[in-house]
Amino acid sequence: MAEKVLMKGNEAIAEAAIRAGCMHYFGYPITPQTEIAAYMAKRMPKIGGVFLQAESEVSAINMVYGVAAAGFRVMTSSSSPGVSLKQEGISYIAGADLPALIVNVQRGGPGLGGIQPSQSDYFQATKGGGHGDYRLIVLAPASVQEMADLTVKAFDLADKYRVPAMLLADGTMGQMMEPVELPEPQNSNVEKPWAVRGTNNQRKHNVVNSLYLKPEILEQTNFERFERYKKIEENECIYEEFMMDDAEYCVVAFGIAARISKNAVIEARKQGIKVGLIRPITLWPFPKAPLAKAAKQVKGFVSVELSMGQMIEDVKLAVNCSKPVNLCNRVGGMIPSPEQVLESIKNLVKEAE
Amino acid sequence: MIVFQKPKALTDAPFHYCPGCTHGIIHRLVAEAIDELGIEGKTVGVAPVGCAVMAYDYFACDMVEAAHGRAPAIATGLKRCMPENIVFTYQGDGDLASIGMAETVHAAARNENITIIFVNNAIYGMTGGQMAPTSLPGQVTQTSPYGRDTKTAGFPIKVSEMLATLEGPQYIERVAVNNVKNIKNAKKAILKAFKNQTENKGFSLIEIISTCPTNWGMTPSKALEWVDEKMIPHYPLGVYRDKDKEAE
Repeated sequence: MAEKVLMKGNEAIAEAAIRAGCMHYFGYPITPQTEIAAYMAKRMPKIGGVFLQAESEVSAINMVYGVAAAGFRVMTSSSSPGVSLKQEGISYIAGADLPALIVNVQRGGPGLGGIQPSQSDYFQATKGGGHGDYRLIVLAPASVQEMADLTVKAFDLADKYRVPAMLLADGTMGQMMEPVELPEPQNSNVEKPWAVRGTNNQRKHNVVNSLYLKPEILEQTNFERFERYKKIEENECIYEEFMMDDAEYCVVAFGIAARISKNAVIEARKQGIKVGLIRPITLWPFPKAPLAKAAKQVKGFVSVELSMGQMIEDVKLAVNCSKPVNLCNRVGGMIPSPEQVLESIKNLVKEAE
Repeated sequence: MIVFQKPKALTDAPFHYCPGCTHGIIHRLVAEAIDELGIEGKTVGVAPVGCAVMAYDYFACDMVEAAHGRAPAIATGLKRCMPENIVFTYQGDGDLASIGMAETVHAAARNENITIIFVNNAIYGMTGGQMAPTSLPGQVTQTSPYGRDTKTAGFPIKVSEMLATLEGPQYIERVAVNNVKNIKNAKKAILKAFKNQTENKGFSLIEIISTCPTNWGMTPSKALEWVDEKMIPHYPLGVYRDKDKEAE
């Protein structure tokens, strides 16, 4: 086993990306994720990689588009208002079927919002964000270790399916320090015959494009893309179950909210309440199956979120509204305490009885 | 003996451009430059949003289609990850000088080692003739039906002059393609803009005064005259930056 090092979540993302073979980073400063850019600025010139501070988030994502079109691993990172600016580029990247990694270390919104942690970009990340029918593979880390591991996973999945991936973290995850075992360096060997690296006068030109003026052809590209999405939903869903075996109640939470919820579940168990936790690790594809299964077992759900209730809609859909789904939340950079989550669990028990 | 033929760097796809539009000439000049430098196999072009949106069908090299105005950022990404390749963008005035101004200015400021072909015809052609950032004062367009009023719509942007105030760029020249002499000069400038890149000299932008007979509401021949009468007096041709010359 490799040695563990103490790292900030943001730095773990950066180092893991480099180890995943990402030699190109483009970003624009914004709190609370600037450590990623700072780390890249320091490391990339030393290893022959590219760090470039773009003139805007709009430009950064288009630089990403350029490198992705050439078939190299590439990433950008930002926080909520900056990720809004990237949406145009993300839609084009999705429309051109390019792999790339976008990191969103979320902060409170809407508008300029605040700089404290939030999960209120869930809709934007999981439902599209930009214009048109498309999906991102969305991964939600709940520890510094997962910041590293899921960064590597995101690159692998993006390459495998030619779909942009998003690491959806939050300010807490970005700023907290924890011991982390860094992934082994790897080289991506995925064949990319579609990449634009020059024809070398050997083949017909490649065109990276999302424009299809003939509607029947544009429709067909959408159909084909959604066939790929279907495969992702079938094969790539990741989640964690905690104390669900005999659970009569279920908490659903991701990221920092899941860590807080875990403490509340442990405390509730001590008080004799049979409650468990389902933690989606991929937010898209969303773990519908384990939730549908849990719905047959438990009396109700609590969705714990740092938003006004966004994931709760997916929970309700997954359980087909067969059981009550309550919301436990704080917003604007505020974080629910384990006591608040425990209180919500107790309220759910009361309602169910 | 073959005395004239289609450049190899163009595909066989027929251009969709309107009769009398000078995009076709400019495409040809770019392709000739690519042929003459023997760089087609390692060239990647970036197409704009605008009339030249389907340039990716016409150039035989690898191509990327950009979002409106973003071509210099995409070209930056391409060039940074493939410094041995040749990367060019082909952009119109709305694309480059309005929505993509930030991308343009900063690529120039970084002296990004790319080549930009900037086609200025003082109008948005693709969307049917709206006022462009380079439309002349008094110019009638769909969105300046009473003529561009500088009091409310501001003044046209002189891109070459503006970029030449930056320390970054290697080479900036404004040319036109409305007569044989100007076309020959444009060819020379485009060739140099690509050659600079092969010699790692940095950012080269050629502003080409072009025509839009359809949206200017003129015959093709009248449009060519209008370039001499109205466009060139406002947008004087010439070299605005050449670090080679400055070094001499």
